[in-house]
Amino acid sequence: MMELLIALSIGVLVACGVYLVLRASTFPVVMGLTLLSYATNLFLFAMGRLAIGVPAVIRPDATVYADPLPQALVLTAIVIAFGMTAFAIVLALKARGETGSDHVDGEVDS
Amino acid sequence: MDFSSINLPLAVLLPLMGAGLTVWAAHFHRVASAWLAGLVTLLALLALLPSLLAVFAGETLIQSWAWLPAMGLDLAFRLDGLGALFALMILVIGLLVILYARYYLSSKDSMGRFFAYLLLFMGSMLGVVLSENLLQLMVFWEMTSLSSFLLISYWTHRSDARQGARMALAVTGGGGLALLAGILLLGQMAGSYNLSDVLLAGDQIRAHSWYLPALVLIALGVFTKSAQFPFHFWLPNAMAAPTPVSAYLHSATMVKAGIFLLARFFPVLSGTPEWSWLIGSVGMLTLLIGAYTALFQHDLKGLLAYSTISHLGLITLLFGLGTELAAVAALFHIINHATFKASLFMVAGIIDHETGSRDMRRINGLLKYMPHTAVLAMIASAAMAGVPLLNGFLSKEMFFDQAVVASNTSMWAWVIPALATLAGVFSVAYSLRFIHDVFFNGEPINLPKTPHEPPRFMRIPVDVLVVLCLAVGMLPMFTVAPLLAVAVQGTLQAPPPEYSLAVWHGLNVPLLMSVIALLGGVAVYVVRQPLFTLYEERVKGQQLRHVYDWMLENLQAFARFVTQWFDRGSLQDVLFWVLGFTLLAGLAGFLSSTAPLLGGRELLPLDGVSLAVGSTLILASLLSVVLHRERLVALVVLGAVGLVVSLAFVKFSAPDLALTQLSVEIVTVVLLMLALYFLPQYTPRISSVWRKWRDGLLAGALGLGAALLALAVMTRDTATPLADYFLANSVPGGGGKNVVNVILVDFRGFDTLGEIAVLALAGLGIFALLQQIKLYVPTEDSGGRAWSAEANPFILQMFSRILFPLMLMVAVYVFLRGHNLPGGGFIAGLIAALAIVLQNLANGIAWTAQRLRFDMHQWLAGGLLVAAGTGLVAMALGYPFLTSAFTHVHWPLVGDFELASAMFFDTGVFLVVVGATVMILVELGKLSRVGASIPKEGA
Repeated sequence: MMELLIALSIGVLVACGVYLVLRASTFPVVMGLTLLSYATNLFLFAMGRLAIGVPAVIRPDATVYADPLPQALVLTAIVIAFGMTAFAIVLALKARGETGSDHVDGEVDS
Repeated sequence: MDFSSINLPLAVLLPLMGAGLTVWAAHFHRVASAWLAGLVTLLALLALLPSLLAVFAGETLIQSWAWLPAMGLDLAFRLDGLGALFALMILVIGLLVILYARYYLSSKDSMGRFFAYLLLFMGSMLGVVLSENLLQLMVFWEMTSLSSFLLISYWTHRSDARQGARMALAVTGGGGLALLAGILLLGQMAGSYNLSDVLLAGDQIRAHSWYLPALVLIALGVFTKSAQFPFHFWLPNAMAAPTPVSAYLHSATMVKAGIFLLARFFPVLSGTPEWSWLIGSVGMLTLLIGAYTALFQHDLKGLLAYSTISHLGLITLLFGLGTELAAVAALFHIINHATFKASLFMVAGIIDHETGSRDMRRINGLLKYMPHTAVLAMIASAAMAGVPLLNGFLSKEMFFDQAVVASNTSMWAWVIPALATLAGVFSVAYSLRFIHDVFFNGEPINLPKTPHEPPRFMRIPVDVLVVLCLAVGMLPMFTVAPLLAVAVQGTLQAPPPEYSLAVWHGLNVPLLMSVIALLGGVAVYVVRQPLFTLYEERVKGQQLRHVYDWMLENLQAFARFVTQWFDRGSLQDVLFWVLGFTLLAGLAGFLSSTAPLLGGRELLPLDGVSLAVGSTLILASLLSVVLHRERLVALVVLGAVGLVVSLAFVKFSAPDLALTQLSVEIVTVVLLMLALYFLPQYTPRISSVWRKWRDGLLAGALGLGAALLALAVMTRDTATPLADYFLANSVPGGGGKNVVNVILVDFRGFDTLGEIAVLALAGLGIFALLQQIKLYVPTEDSGGRAWSAEANPFILQMFSRILFPLMLMVAVYVFLRGHNLPGGGFIAGLIAALAIVLQNLANGIAWTAQRLRFDMHQWLAGGLLVAAGTGLVAMALGYPFLTSAFTHVHWPLVGDFELASAMFFDTGVFLVVVGATVMILVELGKLSRVGASIPKEGA
């Protein structure tokens, strides 16, 4: 039943992320992106199936391991997501400086 | 690797590389670029020379290297008789055009740019005619379209040049797409994209059910490029180009590229009724329309442009007739047309240059102002008209002869020689107009300049070409015969048929047709005035370019209409569309699947702690949405979500991920906190209730979809466990027990290199964005209290300084053990970056910068260099890029230690991660200190 819990978490993260990404101000959009990247990372990770208490490194006595490939993919994805979040938020700062508005479309009457 | 095995690609590459050099040379002296262009052309000719001799001895040369063999793409070059003919035309006429253009261009024109474009075109064109691989040919084909666009629009300040260039690109580029499809079909039918195989597969291809579509698609490419009806209208509009370009591209070479393909595929595609009907009738139509329209042009270059269209139609018609002798005539006419038409364009350029006008109604009686040029022009025009003792006569006789032969094929085929003669009549008439109107017919009317002879060297290229017209016309056997013979052999891929190049064939039907054409042409010219009036009234307005313009306008209107619907300059709208279509695509996937939603995999038991933690995640996410207006609170909740995610990684046996997520979570929250200082603390209510519901429904549906998809996958077993490979090969192949890290730095090292490059670019991009940024700096917090200007808290300062070496030691430890235990460059980099950021936070940026004198740009560059360098070392040792090696060494005290080259790569990763993270946070942090000089919020 652990799978159901994780699937539910992914679903909620996606829904919250999408809702925030669709807001009109910059900061919620960046928060939404962060939530969406959590969701994506968890989703990718879950593609390797869930495993509890199995070794993560090669051991002579072990036969079952966690799937290392999604883990490697997700590891870099986490770092890249940080780079993207940083870029987005700085873009928001720049946009506010240039347009005088915190609105994602640069509308002044916000 | 000796010279004779690489000279074909070298000849193609020389002009392409020379293009860059001419721009550089033009910085020193504008004429230097012309000299260099000429030199490069000569060198390319020299590079081809040994191979040309071999081809004349009957060989076909192929030089090829495997490129993407799985896709049938080789880097392959071929030189046979047909290629040799075209390569010679491209290079020899190219050389003459370069000499001519050096005098043609005025001091205001940039020579470097002109010759760079010209060489770019020359290289692309050589690539087309020397390609053995058809996909490679296609690349060069598109390059000729692009370089032609650049050349036509060379005078960028003129709107007719820009429009002409755009039209040429649209028509030839569109044809290029059709050609690509045709060639793909051809390659599939023949089972190979190499010409040698395709040329042998003729029977198989003609019997294939795809033959007709392939033929039509290839014909579309040919017709657009070679200005055949109904696509011919771009060529007259391309005359806005400088005249050397018109002489070179739009008469001698590029427009012949389509014809070249007809010749190239002649043994493969010809010989069917479809071929004859399609190619033959389009050729005939083009021949007639071109010849007829040419007579009524008042612009010198316009006349020559339509004449070119007509002659291209003639060549196409000959190939369409499909007999071997017709192909001989076509090839012969290609040579002759290139010589007389290039010289005529050059004469037109000289007249334009020396009189300031190209309008034949004003340019009259130039004979006494420029007698030498006049004689040259008259000879070349006579060759164009097909007057005996000139080269145009010989190939035209052959054409008439083939038209007569074709008239025996069916009851209605007598129209072929009849129409051919009619086209001959018009061709004589417009040639006569070119001579009579320009050089006789009274005095010049109101010209901007007093005409005189051009500079001597500007005339030399015309001299050379006209001498060629005469020599070929009078002594064909001693001049053109060997070249024609190898070209015929290369085209037919068989021994050439019997043909005679004699000037006199006795009294026969073709001669009679020539006489009719000459007399008829004179007669038409004499009665031209009423014909002109008729043309002005009835025909002139009905041009195909109006159809083109109409289509273009409607296309643009349609594009605007669609864009207005989807893109109103609003990020919210665009995101809504993207997410909405994602939902639809996912829905389509679910609905089209017949499999049950859940699989049969045994599920893991749920325990109370997990349930509590999971519920925390869900509640925190929802809370971050509910509270999102209070930005600081929402940010703290967001941090909690990230922490729970890292706990999930701990639970499900992914310690590397947990460590990474934990450290990234901290830097992300610090980053957003820093940025929030410059943004409003609260989010205003903007969205309408309707929009909130709409977004909420979309979000809910997408969340449900993601959850169901994840559940569907997780309840099934993996079909093909990729993991087994990595688990089995990690220790023997990569020398590390931590499979995740071995994948990152070894198996998928190339991906990781790309990823750290992205990270470095994000860091640099942020650095660039923050330069001279205008910021809104708040003076008070959300509660109305003034921001404290106090120094950093003392206790944090002290603790952070003690922590710093400890954190760095942890980073080093995590880094070193990364290959065998959870850790590695990414995690160590994040920990080290946190250590540095903590110093900045606790002690201030100035204090830290004094003590840690690192330039993070150098860390980024150094990291990328180390990572890429590790891969290059492997290449230098003869292994593929980023191949790793490892060995075990024994260090005293430390013990048995494994040294892998992947560790150097991981060092690169470490440096980039530290560099990017610290750069982003410190640059952002610096801003709050300079804030005082920037406009305040609300000011």
